[in-house]
Amino acid sequence: MTSTASPLLEVRDVSLGFGGVRALTEVNFHVNKGELFSIIGPNGAGKTSMLNCVSGRYKPTAGRVFFEGRDVTGMTPNQRATIGIGRTFQNLALFGHMSVLDNIMVGRHHLLKNNFATGGLYWAGAQKEELAHRRKVEDIIDFLEIAHIRKSTAGTLSYGLRKRVELARAMAVEPKIILLDEPMAGMNLEEKEDMARYIVDLNEEWGMTVVMIEHDMGVVMDISHRVIVLEFGRKIADGLPDEIMSNERVKVAYLGVEDDEEPAAGAVA
Amino acid sequence: MITSSLIPCGQFKTSYAKDTTIFDTPVMRAWAVVGVLALIAAPMILNNYYLSLLIQIGFMGIAALGLNILVGYTGQISLGHAGFFGFGAFASAWLNNSFGVPVVLAMPLAAVMTTFLGLLFGIPAGRLKGLYLAIATFASQFILEDFFARADWFSGGSSGAAANPVNLFGYDLSGDKGFFYVVLFWVVVMFLIGTNLLRSRDGRAFIAVRDHYLSAEVMGINLTKYRILSFGLSSFYAGLGGALYGHYLGFVSAEGFTILMSIEFLGMIIIGGLGSVAGTLMGTTFMVLLPEVMEGGVGIAKTLVGGNVGWLAEGLASIKQASIGLAIILFLIFEPDGLVHRWRLIRSYWKFYPFSY
Repeated sequence: MTSTASPLLEVRDVSLGFGGVRALTEVNFHVNKGELFSIIGPNGAGKTSMLNCVSGRYKPTAGRVFFEGRDVTGMTPNQRATIGIGRTFQNLALFGHMSVLDNIMVGRHHLLKNNFATGGLYWAGAQKEELAHRRKVEDIIDFLEIAHIRKSTAGTLSYGLRKRVELARAMAVEPKIILLDEPMAGMNLEEKEDMARYIVDLNEEWGMTVVMIEHDMGVVMDISHRVIVLEFGRKIADGLPDEIMSNERVKVAYLGVEDDEEPAAGAVA
Repeated sequence: MITSSLIPCGQFKTSYAKDTTIFDTPVMRAWAVVGVLALIAAPMILNNYYLSLLIQIGFMGIAALGLNILVGYTGQISLGHAGFFGFGAFASAWLNNSFGVPVVLAMPLAAVMTTFLGLLFGIPAGRLKGLYLAIATFASQFILEDFFARADWFSGGSSGAAANPVNLFGYDLSGDKGFFYVVLFWVVVMFLIGTNLLRSRDGRAFIAVRDHYLSAEVMGINLTKYRILSFGLSSFYAGLGGALYGHYLGFVSAEGFTILMSIEFLGMIIIGGLGSVAGTLMGTTFMVLLPEVMEGGVGIAKTLVGGNVGWLAEGLASIKQASIGLAIILFLIFEPDGLVHRWRLIRSYWKFYPFSY
């Protein structure tokens, strides 16, 4: 976690409004290369909106987003994928009628060069290229331990597996930064443990910078390097997990501690 | 893909290349080759009536596959497919009559012209979806129909255009027997391309756009580009099918390419199976044979009752029309996945017989 001169991702004074509703108000933060960074906050705090501003789904009404020092605010989502921003969705967003393998191969889209003509003829290097990328995809499949379902139709899988396939698909994009929107929502303890392990490995072994939204405080505080807290679209805290856990304002806003109450002991898992 | 559970046991793929073949097993590939060889031999056995039916299935099937790429793969509706089909027919005749381009070349060139037309009409599709797109393509159908009727220089206007027979290296391929091979060649080529598309980058992108366009975009797929591209590709197929149709009949008239034909194309892919290459061929076969079967049925009724079926014979045209509509409705209710799904069920039934699991 050596902080380089310019951070990998920098969000500067980003505001987002839908008509009269202000989803985000002047949010500032940066993510360094190699960090595992978490965004937490109560429901409706604007966490997913923040991620959407970074991945290009929403255009901020004010403020700028910089990636590798480059202003990406005006770029479309598909352009951002090609420069190295990958993401997963909070609600499952797999291609339901495709096989798991094809789903992950879609992630290679911007890295593949064959087009409708060469691909249609399956010639002029198209086959060779497809197979080379298949090899890369198999590495991801091995890593996430989904080899047994690689030929299954994505729409027929269980919730936990679908989340894992979605992670695989985002990894296939070979992003420099990967945005995970509640990767552990709705999972049981065992699945959560698996997922936490994958995310840590993703960060440490695959060298991807991770930005994660998650509600499970135990996981967030255990594996994150740095955490920010959003409330009503404003950033109310930014720091190391321990600092966040002891921040009075965070406790009031998010962890649900009354002002006059003694903080519950052992909140850190 | 979905049928992977039906692969016979003992099939172990030892390389990625073997895992991405078009046919799952060597036996299936052998059957496909046998099928094509049987078709090559067909003109020696079948009479001209059956050959003409096969030719019809061929050029309609090519156009229907184009529509399936658009509707089945990419999830974009089109009610204007007959317009593009007609444009291909006129364009090929025009290229041949006005510039002396040999018919064998004029047909694919006409398909390329239709592609550009499709790209043009596809531009609104980059932004529209569902019902709105249906209306936009509906408009393209009428614009093209009107164009055929007015553009004397291109289509011969209301009098239509003559389309010369196919001539290759001095051989006249105008008869049913000769033309059958021309159509067969293009059917094999175009269906192979359609299948290959599904196992390469752009075909996957089409399906991704259909299944979840938001996450397709995050995967780096340019939605507008792929929606328009799908229109272009579908028009290529339509144009080629139309060109084959024109040169087979020898005459192209503006009246043939109505909205009814567009709906017939939609019927073919719904009955066959949306998003399935094999299903397209099944659905086209069904739609081409259905009126013939109806006619045969009336013929049988005639002999049974002894010629006294005047109303039945008079109403034959309406019966043919109604049966198409009825078939589409019945398939939507009872087999929305189309004939191809039914075929899979039958295949698995025989494979597991006498045990149902």
